[in-house]
Amino acid sequence: MPKAKSFVEEIELQGHIIDSLLLPKVLDEILTRGGSYVIKEIKLGKRQVDPSRARIEIKADAHEQLNDILRAVHEHGAVSTTPRDCEYELADMNGAFPEHFYSTTNYRTQVRIAKDWIDVDDQEMDCGIVIDIPLAGRASDGLRGPSLARPANEPRARCIAMVHVKKGDPIVVGHQGVRVLPAETTARQSLFEFMSSAVSSEKPKGVTVREIAATMKRTKAAGEKILAVLGPAVVHTGSVEHICELIKLGFLDVLFAGNALATHDIEQALYGTSLGVWLDRGLPAEEGHEHHLRAINTIRRLGGIQNAVDKSILKSGIMYECIQHKIPFVLAGSIRDDGPLPEVVTDVLVAQDLMREKIKGVGFCLMTATMLHSIATGNLLPAAVKVACVDINPATVTKLADRGSHQTVGVVTDAEPFLRALVMELKSPLAV
Amino acid sequence: MKTPRILMCPPDYYDIEYEINPWMSRARGAAPERARQQWRTLHDTLVQLGVVVELMTPQPGLPDLVFTANAGLIFGNRFFSSRFAHPERQRETPHFDGWFAEHGFNVESLPAGVYFEGAGDALFCGAILYAGYRIRSHAAGHIHLGNVLQRMVLPVELVDKRFYHLDTCFCPLAPGEAIYFPGAFDRYGRTVIEKHIPKLIAVVEKEAERFACNAVVVGKQVIVNAGSDQLAADLRAAGYECLAVELDEFIKAGGSAKCLTLRLDGEDAADWGA
Repeated sequence: MPKAKSFVEEIELQGHIIDSLLLPKVLDEILTRGGSYVIKEIKLGKRQVDPSRARIEIKADAHEQLNDILRAVHEHGAVSTTPRDCEYELADMNGAFPEHFYSTTNYRTQVRIAKDWIDVDDQEMDCGIVIDIPLAGRASDGLRGPSLARPANEPRARCIAMVHVKKGDPIVVGHQGVRVLPAETTARQSLFEFMSSAVSSEKPKGVTVREIAATMKRTKAAGEKILAVLGPAVVHTGSVEHICELIKLGFLDVLFAGNALATHDIEQALYGTSLGVWLDRGLPAEEGHEHHLRAINTIRRLGGIQNAVDKSILKSGIMYECIQHKIPFVLAGSIRDDGPLPEVVTDVLVAQDLMREKIKGVGFCLMTATMLHSIATGNLLPAAVKVACVDINPATVTKLADRGSHQTVGVVTDAEPFLRALVMELKSPLAV
Repeated sequence: MKTPRILMCPPDYYDIEYEINPWMSRARGAAPERARQQWRTLHDTLVQLGVVVELMTPQPGLPDLVFTANAGLIFGNRFFSSRFAHPERQRETPHFDGWFAEHGFNVESLPAGVYFEGAGDALFCGAILYAGYRIRSHAAGHIHLGNVLQRMVLPVELVDKRFYHLDTCFCPLAPGEAIYFPGAFDRYGRTVIEKHIPKLIAVVEKEAERFACNAVVVGKQVIVNAGSDQLAADLRAAGYECLAVELDEFIKAGGSAKCLTLRLDGEDAADWGA
């Protein structure tokens, strides 16, 4: 089940809140109205005359329920800690934010507009926030607009990349009326909740693989998608069959990769080698170094991977299964690419946008054997999407975490044994 | 011993002209002459006890100006003017503010949007200010006062509309001593009062309904509405003398002895410290 988004407001209660029993009373009010609370901070007065102060986060399942709680606790003197709306400025040029723009994280974020907290859509790190409000509600001439009138249609807010800013877009500036809601840390029940991204090759792999398989099953059961980000070592290590199995089992819904993964996958399908090495024998083929270039050439001559499958030239492999199972993929180009294959998107900004489009609805991401595409994808994913990063190189996982993708579980291992074990776990009825 | 000073306002224009609490009924109305006699008896009783009674000028169209307790809260020479919840009574504020400014008080106001009905809802017992909220005053206003005065303020919730002000169900007698009607408070409020005030006299409902808690305390004398026999006996046992004054004309408007008076030099039960 996808977790219901909770409605949150932070209040402050101040005064002789212990002696007057106002603090327990407010907490009781929250609970009896079906909400929950977290005391974020409490400062007790040292002397009898000194007031105390508590900062309390209230959560409810529905907007009306939250308002009901807030009405009740306001009676007892509690006040909202953020009594003001967010500020915005109209972008003064295309392709850049106004100075002092609010820079986003990948955590769930809300902005306060016309006294309501609104979820920011398309959560993504290193972006700005654009608010979509009907013209009637806008302040004019780029002035800061603290008094946003409530528009007839509900206002919306979403993350926007710098490059997409259009002159006149209302962009959130400063930190007022913006709040970040980090992932829950209270109920630590599964791997992704207690494992930090500390990477080690000396962790028990069996447990990790089982947990990842269970998470993938839960993701599917919740109706969310699984994204795989794959590097060419998946092919070099002989894991193509495992990825094909994931597709056939329905555990892969979206694929991100580069020219190399697709090229070597097709090389294997057409020649049986990867980078010129026989995958069944582990020995280099004669003139094998040409195979990948010949494979690219064949596909380019056919006009693309889709055509190669349609004409029964390409009859196996990851790309073949993607076409057959209608799995959407984005192949993002890089400066060292041979060819590239016709499906490779060579404009990185276009590729980023395609990836943004395809991550919608993703609940779990498996990154294997690619630093470049893993970090690129990590930049786009909201923190709520769980990530497993499997790489022989610990630096890949570390870099991912250092760039803000803290929701990542790292597994330092060769891709093939991991993927083989993962497929086995996914086929096992026990792992739930 | 200091000479007690109390502000009163003659009931020249007193009547039931609107209904803003469960006691008021325009159909029943007040009997003006009888009200004047009762008010005069209360006034004379106070004077006989050595109280200096200051008088405000009554104003036509402001029938409740007679209830001076609701003007504001006094702390030393500071007067915290009420912000009345009802528009009918908001019109009294300029008259109260004018009187206090003319008589050497610093007139101060609470933040806008916060209701606060003065000594009707805020009573010192010892060093602690007990403050009724929910029906007429906001808890936030009391908390604000605590910050301004640097005093402990304990807001207590009032849950029975008949006892809409704290002074209708709670009356400090001396530091650590008070009378109260438990049924007017919620469980938290009762606990707070019982925990902080060692000597409490509980008033029975029948007498609370006749505003027995709305008493004026001058030293060891307690003036209450007539017919509070049980409370009178309990007060005698606690070392107080109970003086009964018939004030039923004012109960028609939801007030009694305490509501008709405002102590200007601090209640005997209040300990404001240095």
